[in-house]
Amino acid sequence: MSIKDTTAVPVINKNASINRQTIAPKIASGHGLDVDDHKVTVGQSFSERAKMTMRNVNVFYGDKQAIYDVNIDIAKNEVMAMIGPSGCGKSTFLRTLNRMNDTVEGCRVEGDILMDGENLYAPKLDVVELRARVGMVFQKPNPFPKSIYDNVAYGPKIHGLADTRVDLDEIVESSLRKASLWEEVKERLHQPGTGLSGGQQQRLCIARAIAVSPEIILMDEPCSALDPIATAKIEELIEELSQNFTIAIVTHSMQQAARVSHRTAYFHLGKLIEVNPTEQVFTMPEHPLTEAYITGRFG
Amino acid sequence: MSKQTENLIKIQHSLKRRNRSEARFRWYGRLAVFIGLAAVATLFFDIIGKGHGAFKATYIKLEVHYDQALIDIDNLTDTEQMIAGNWQALPKVALREKFPNVSGRSDKRRLNNLLSSGAGFDLKDRLVANPHLLGRKESIWILADDDIDTYFKSWLAGDAYAARLSSKQVQWIEGLHQQGLIELQFNINLFTRGDSREPEQAGIRGAVMGSLLTLVLTLMLSFPIGVAAAIYLEEFAPKNKWTDFIEVNINNLAAVPSIIFGLLGLAIFINFFHVPRSVPIVGGLVLTLMTLPTIIITSRAAIKSVPPSIREAALGMGASKVQMVLHHVLPLALPGMLTGAIIGMAQALGETAPLLMIGMVAFIVDIPGSFTDPATVLPVQIFLWADSPERAFIEKTSAAIMVLLTFLIIMNTSAVWLRKRLERRW
Repeated sequence: MSIKDTTAVPVINKNASINRQTIAPKIASGHGLDVDDHKVTVGQSFSERAKMTMRNVNVFYGDKQAIYDVNIDIAKNEVMAMIGPSGCGKSTFLRTLNRMNDTVEGCRVEGDILMDGENLYAPKLDVVELRARVGMVFQKPNPFPKSIYDNVAYGPKIHGLADTRVDLDEIVESSLRKASLWEEVKERLHQPGTGLSGGQQQRLCIARAIAVSPEIILMDEPCSALDPIATAKIEELIEELSQNFTIAIVTHSMQQAARVSHRTAYFHLGKLIEVNPTEQVFTMPEHPLTEAYITGRFG
Repeated sequence: MSKQTENLIKIQHSLKRRNRSEARFRWYGRLAVFIGLAAVATLFFDIIGKGHGAFKATYIKLEVHYDQALIDIDNLTDTEQMIAGNWQALPKVALREKFPNVSGRSDKRRLNNLLSSGAGFDLKDRLVANPHLLGRKESIWILADDDIDTYFKSWLAGDAYAARLSSKQVQWIEGLHQQGLIELQFNINLFTRGDSREPEQAGIRGAVMGSLLTLVLTLMLSFPIGVAAAIYLEEFAPKNKWTDFIEVNINNLAAVPSIIFGLLGLAIFINFFHVPRSVPIVGGLVLTLMTLPTIIITSRAAIKSVPPSIREAALGMGASKVQMVLHHVLPLALPGMLTGAIIGMAQALGETAPLLMIGMVAFIVDIPGSFTDPATVLPVQIFLWADSPERAFIEKTSAAIMVLLTFLIIMNTSAVWLRKRLERRW
């Protein structure tokens, strides 16, 4: 089941108004595009099957604000793509979802981020538990300098998910299978993961992430360091994984967003401009900024 | 002439100049390396040239009669008798028998001076180890006096140094040499004995043991403390004015002259905490203070060099911060940390100044067996011997330097080896 089929996602802020007349000339002239013209996110930001709910989220790095007033839902088993020009805050936004921003000195998050109604930034919430439930795949493949087996087994080991060696073997095999890497590495499970090719390393990182059966997988430009063939494999994999996982993916490639995602969110200078079903974003964007970006006028 | 040809000529012109300066720079580099190597080679050449003689000692072969009446004992297990025994008579009588024609008080004294003043006690030790020899006769090599040793070695080398010998002594030695009763043997005493005022009896065992005990304590204290401090500062401490302040001070400590640490140790450990002076405990504590900054700085550098992506990967998997450090950062940083620790230890092994302040410069004959026995260390032993007037201590000093350098080379080589080996595992 996927969001693409159920187009009946309820839309709350359909009446968001933007002044096309004031923006259009600026886009045409190619400069002076002002994000202040944007008031409210347009499109279908909300879902009644929300897995993650964000309300009035602001993120600051010291005095600098990186994200302004973001409201969005990520639905269960949905692939949500985040696109936008460099420095628009899409990676920052992704990292608030598993509190990876905690490691950044001076980073402050305001607003409510809920997963199944539970506030991620509540004082009693343990980030260790959160990160077991929200897995992450990074921009550059970053396998541990250990064997392929140990890479995948690491999560289950630290969380105590496998009682016996046999259980652990099973988890490793099934995770590698889900990441379509098993056939390529089954003969050399005990060789270092860093010896694999870039694409294989990234799939190993995905296998590592899904070994603890997270509910959500965050992907931060997972293909930016890969060649087209490896990219195609990862994209195929994302499609398969969306059967069982909720996926939020940041990407620089609009084609990739168009290929893998159900809904696409467009960020601009820290503001969430538009969220709509992917098809609509790439064919009939609602907001002129989105249109300007996807038609390549900037970014 | 077109603009292009004009430029080309200019480029070719400047190219010559650039190539020349590049070649010149390479030669500067080679010269620097050559000067460095030449300095090291001179040092080694000089030290080995001076010190190699110390690994051999002169021995004289005599017929010794373990005469009960002469020594005045009848029971080898009676401690009082053993202490009171006239052991020095044994070598004297043996010499008198070898040279029966020697008469007169001063000649007899010169004759006795052929042998080490400890010869009688060496024979006592031999008798204790072999009780069946009591009452019997035996032909045995006995350690010669240091003046004889110096003369004999220089004489063999063709450049006899007889300033401290009488002409009769020279004759006796030549006589012994013709009969094959005097020769150079491996100087086991150098490695089995502690310090002595008699050069021929002096060894470095005490100093080596002292160095070992001191370094073990230094390593046990400074490595865990240094690594823990480095991990805390790098991975856990917030980056603020306080940590900046601490960082500046750690760097300052690394540059503080080591004698200051000695004064600090004297004031705090000895005067305030009343740790006994001259013992490896206080030496280890002072050297720990001195090595800590080195270990903290190198460990922090090693931790910094672990790519942040590994930390993110671990945290992203839901590892706690401690798990991240113990499972991923520490194993990757360990080779660098160990290298730093070994270099710090090598530095501590060669350190003299702070130990002078805490009494480890004392003349200690007994070989230390524990952390609370008075001890000295190798570099201080070198200092003590270099300060001694006896000529035979010149080669001893160089020999001790050779032993110290050997330890340093072993430690530094093992640092390189360890780093390469541990790095290959990943």
